[in-house]
Amino acid sequence: MKRALFALVLIGAPVLADSDLPPAPLADTQLADPKQEAQAKALMEKIRCLVCQGQSIADSNAELAGDMRALVRERIAAGEKPDAIRAWLVRRYGSWVTYDPPLDRTTWLLWAAPVLFLVVGVIIASRSIRRRRR
Amino acid sequence: MKNRLKWAPLIVFILLGVALSYGLSKPNNTNITSKMIGASVPAFTLPPATPGLPGLASADLANGKPHLVNIFASWCVPCIAEAPQLKAIADAGVPVVGIAVRDRPEAVARFLSRHGNPFRAIGADDASQVQMALGSSGVPESFVVDGQGRILQQTIGPINPQDVPGVIAAVKGAR
Repeated sequence: MKRALFALVLIGAPVLADSDLPPAPLADTQLADPKQEAQAKALMEKIRCLVCQGQSIADSNAELAGDMRALVRERIAAGEKPDAIRAWLVRRYGSWVTYDPPLDRTTWLLWAAPVLFLVVGVIIASRSIRRRRR
Repeated sequence: MKNRLKWAPLIVFILLGVALSYGLSKPNNTNITSKMIGASVPAFTLPPATPGLPGLASADLANGKPHLVNIFASWCVPCIAEAPQLKAIADAGVPVVGIAVRDRPEAVARFLSRHGNPFRAIGADDASQVQMALGSSGVPESFVVDGQGRILQQTIGPINPQDVPGVIAAVKGAR
């Protein structure tokens, strides 16, 4: 009995964390125009899910991810550019929400680090080569 | 010179160790705060979430009076824990309005009759569209909105008993 109750609690908790409304119409339905669907899919892979942080909204089964996919598809179908939709989301959630973060004060090191390491490597190499020659 | 350089790897290792253990000692904050603080509430119109209460539109939030906008759902367990605090805030004279996320009218009605109704109006946000427009990422969340419809403050997660005076002061202090 106790064991069954425990199992029920384990199953019950995730169920309680979701609504019982069906997913939004465009959450799991592709757009009729394959070109638009390709655009939407490319954008969905670059948008991070707010619930399953670390998954893209294309991969996540969270309800909010479904609603985000519906938002992306609706706006693409209405003729909005993917960059504009992404900017709309970044305006609300910050660069956090995209897997393709813009170059700014906090992210410049990501791009600069390879160059910096290369410079340091060249300095170390040239010094040791010079020492060996002597 | 050579002698001093010998210690460099050890020093780098110690610095790295200190940085990593500092990172581990701080609990990871996974809350995503809205970047809409300071901005106006985006334009929206939501139908009533349950019979007997009006729906909610962005124009209602720019009527000259500050509001507390609570994003909740009948299927959200922490929202039940938050209900007494919302009641206390509403009883203090703060206009509390709700946005019910992905909810059914009868479920909202049941939630209100069981846990009390602090809301003057509740809009039904069936596909989380207004929730996203506000930069909210879950339920419950609360926004303090001033009389011009500007978002002043966001609370992520339930308003706890110790937060009530602060929230009341924030709404009453807004113009």
